[in-house]
Amino acid sequence: MIEARLDRRATLGLLAGAAASGLAGCGRRDDGTTRLSFWAMGNEATNVPQILPEFERLNPGITVNVQALPWTAAHSKLLTAYAGDSLPDLSQVGNTWVSEMAAIGAISPTPAFAADLLTDQFPAVLETNRIGGQVVGTPWYVDTRLIYYRSDMLERAGFDAVPQTWAGWKAAMHAVKRVAGPGTYAVLLPVNEFEQLLTFGLQGAEPLLRDRDTRGNFSSASFIAALEFYKSLFDEGLAPVASSTQISNVWTEFERGWFSFYFSGPWTIGEFRSRLKPETRWMTSGVPGPAGPGASAPGGSSLVVYRHSPHQEAAWKLVRFLSDPAVQARFNGITGNLPARESAWATPAVADDPYIAAFKGQLSRAKAVPKVPEWERIVTEMQIVAERMVRGEYTPRAAAAEIDRRADRLLEKRRWMIEQGRAT
Amino acid sequence: MTAIPVIARPARRAGTRRSRERAAWGFVAPSLIAIGLFFAIPVFSALLLSLTDFDIYALADIGNVRFVGLQNYERLLGNPLFWTAMKNTGLFAVIGVPLSIITSLGAAVILNARVVKWRPIWRVMFFAPYVTTLVATAVLWNYLLHTRYGIINWAISSLGLPAVDWLGQPSTSIPAILMFVVWKIFGYNMLIFLAVLQTVPDDLYEAARIDGAGPWKQFKHVTLPAIAPTLLLVSIISVAGFFQLFAEPYVMTQGGPAQSTVTVLYFMYEEGFKWWNLGSASAVAFVLFLCILAVTLVQLAVAKKMGAYE
Repeated sequence: MIEARLDRRATLGLLAGAAASGLAGCGRRDDGTTRLSFWAMGNEATNVPQILPEFERLNPGITVNVQALPWTAAHSKLLTAYAGDSLPDLSQVGNTWVSEMAAIGAISPTPAFAADLLTDQFPAVLETNRIGGQVVGTPWYVDTRLIYYRSDMLERAGFDAVPQTWAGWKAAMHAVKRVAGPGTYAVLLPVNEFEQLLTFGLQGAEPLLRDRDTRGNFSSASFIAALEFYKSLFDEGLAPVASSTQISNVWTEFERGWFSFYFSGPWTIGEFRSRLKPETRWMTSGVPGPAGPGASAPGGSSLVVYRHSPHQEAAWKLVRFLSDPAVQARFNGITGNLPARESAWATPAVADDPYIAAFKGQLSRAKAVPKVPEWERIVTEMQIVAERMVRGEYTPRAAAAEIDRRADRLLEKRRWMIEQGRAT
Repeated sequence: MTAIPVIARPARRAGTRRSRERAAWGFVAPSLIAIGLFFAIPVFSALLLSLTDFDIYALADIGNVRFVGLQNYERLLGNPLFWTAMKNTGLFAVIGVPLSIITSLGAAVILNARVVKWRPIWRVMFFAPYVTTLVATAVLWNYLLHTRYGIINWAISSLGLPAVDWLGQPSTSIPAILMFVVWKIFGYNMLIFLAVLQTVPDDLYEAARIDGAGPWKQFKHVTLPAIAPTLLLVSIISVAGFFQLFAEPYVMTQGGPAQSTVTVLYFMYEEGFKWWNLGSASAVAFVLFLCILAVTLVQLAVAKKMGAYE
């Protein structure tokens, strides 16, 4: 009995000793190297390690540790990391999340020595990163949505390009539908995706939120016009009332001519290239607006340096490296991402791609969405109401009032914050 | 000399009782402290949190928290997605609990029978899914359920039936996840049933056989009454388990298609960690707690009526 107890104690002692020495072994070596931790998502996380050796060669004494996050978990991961005080030195952040990360005070604003990184950028993308007068994120790559269309179908319908007004576009859609035959549609607008309606809404003259972004402004004349246009596409049989989960394979349906206009971002170029048959002719075009080429929302990712990071200078060196037009052009070659610096678009690989050309024009017409942390939730609610409108539950005017009501409720906290002087 | 023990004895006895009490408290103290620290205090703070509007602004500065009374609960009850989540969770529980109990009881009865050979191997095989990592097995089932390349659809189409888009259609997503969940958990319940089946005396079966009872009558009149208390325990644990379904839809469908697999816990996760409304997420947790409590009380009442326990 006593022996057993001694044995147990001895074992525990040994274990404790082993744990202690193990911990000591894990201690940081202090050899003067700065180890930057950099969180990236999806495709970028996979590919950015390919270009980092050059950065480490140019900056001896700095090593970069890339941590990959899946896009679906990245947003909550960043917020939980902030709550748990375990954010990295810098990370990639989706453009629409910048306002949220800035609202909680997690991000370092761009310092004076890095101000030149903000030149040679698309104005709307830069605007998305400007919170309270300060730019907090450096655009890394950009995207926006525009129209992919079947150029062969449009030709057969008697058009050589997508008309750039709503009315002209609708006429072209009717013509394409006649050519494609019965049982087909002209455009795919999945009723569970907010991007399409948001694009039409952004094209109006009036902003989507009012009173210092504390109330919805969806009952404005221009947004109601967008709702009417959106609804009419379904009512006139030009768009199927279907959600994206009901369409199992976009490429096959596009190829079959079930629809000939498709709304998407630059990632679709690669998909269409590899999935569509070579004889299926297609092209990209800017989004038509109410009276001429229209706006769309700027997307993409920015690089942000976190406030708590002890390696500010090294982190900004990495931001500077990744913002270099030559590096961005190289990264475009690897990932297909559209570079944020406008001069990187001049490189032959980018400039000679016929499908990318329309993106340049569309990005120059992009319009920043309101920068409030509640935005993502507001557009989600907007689309829930819009889907019901399409299904006949609301008229456009009633839908606009309902969206306003929901947005006002989501923004209630923000109104209180501004009244109390706790937010700007 | 004789007087001293007479006086001392009651005093010593009282001292013994007190010290025994102290020792008893000493023994339960670690558990009590653990329960208080890791259960009572967090639950109480969650209740407080559910009465506030703790959100992303409060994360930046705790001064931005406001006390809002029952507003979170009021909004929750007016939220259609919450009711969808309740309905989905109810469906999971109503189909899943009986299904998992029948499967595990069936497996236990078969394994308990004398005729089965290699019993330890079967036991290990049936119990293995329970101890494997949930996420890994969920990913594996995603492949098994794949519309074009999955082995399940391969079996279905070799019977001449059309392939099923298991995780892509609102009507089949719940059955698909249920198949996985039942496969994953039935081994654990089976083990409990096996243990209790082995305590049923053989003479009872022998007597029943002599009275002319067949296998079904033996099961109904000997086995079931003997395992009734365990059946109750397993059903309570299973109901609580199915009400807290989260990781399976999170890994396999992300709540889709068309929100058909959003469970209450998944809804709470989105409210809390996607939109960062910890106040209303805590309210969801409390509503869920009340639901589980209510269902458990109903189960206990039914079991008492049927005489499963005293």
